[in-house]
Amino acid sequence: MSHERRLRFKTLVMVLLMVVCANVGDLMLKRGMLQIGAVQLTLSGIWLALLSTIHNTTIWLAILFLIAFTFCYMTAVSWADYSYVMPAGAFGYAVQTLLAVVILHEAVSARRWFGVVLIVVGVLLVGQTHPSTTAPKPVAS
Amino acid sequence: MTRLVLMLVFFICCSTGGEIAMTHGMKQVGEPESFRPGALLRFAGKALSSGWIWFALPLLAASFYSLLILLSWAPLSVVIPASAFNYVVGTFGAKYLLREQVSPKRWMGVIMVCIGVTVVLLT
Repeated sequence: MSHERRLRFKTLVMVLLMVVCANVGDLMLKRGMLQIGAVQLTLSGIWLALLSTIHNTTIWLAILFLIAFTFCYMTAVSWADYSYVMPAGAFGYAVQTLLAVVILHEAVSARRWFGVVLIVVGVLLVGQTHPSTTAPKPVAS
Repeated sequence: MTRLVLMLVFFICCSTGGEIAMTHGMKQVGEPESFRPGALLRFAGKALSSGWIWFALPLLAASFYSLLILLSWAPLSVVIPASAFNYVVGTFGAKYLLREQVSPKRWMGVIMVCIGVTVVLLT
């Protein structure tokens, strides 16, 4: 595989991992907080919520996925441009909409589909540019 | 109104500044030598010893909390476009601070993503 293709391939894999980890993490965080219930904005309420989150497995899984997202993001920008990785990550909004339709059978408005199309075309345009436009980086060892 | 604008500026500065500092730090760290567990652990260790990463983390935390404050102060129709505007400000930062070459095609893509995210999040 040529250097260019290898660079594109590993950046694509990292961006996809970022999107999956961020979406799963957000979903689990939402589910975990629903299990805990509404947090009361008093000192004892916040303390109780903190204790509940510490004992909630779903919240810990969510944190693991969000740490994995950060790690993938940091890895991707170690070789690719920030202006390449950042907009590509917005592809997650398109995935969320597709999942809402396919899995949850939600109705999606025409306006939202228009937004999704704009994101997909935008990400495709960014994807056609070279992932790294700065000088070659050292290898961490 | 002034309070809201100042908080919006603070949020955008922290968010973009944090991500640019993190990218700069990771560029100094360099990419992992391979994707084997040992190499990834060494890579993570090197990243955590970078001063730029520790400079970025508080900025990203501040951007998260300022977003929460903004959401409690202003309607989504104000906060979401402002947060999507980060894509444009971030690209300017990438061009002028990180010296990335942003072609017209990449600019076009970033602007479409910015508008698309605003439309999706406001529906």
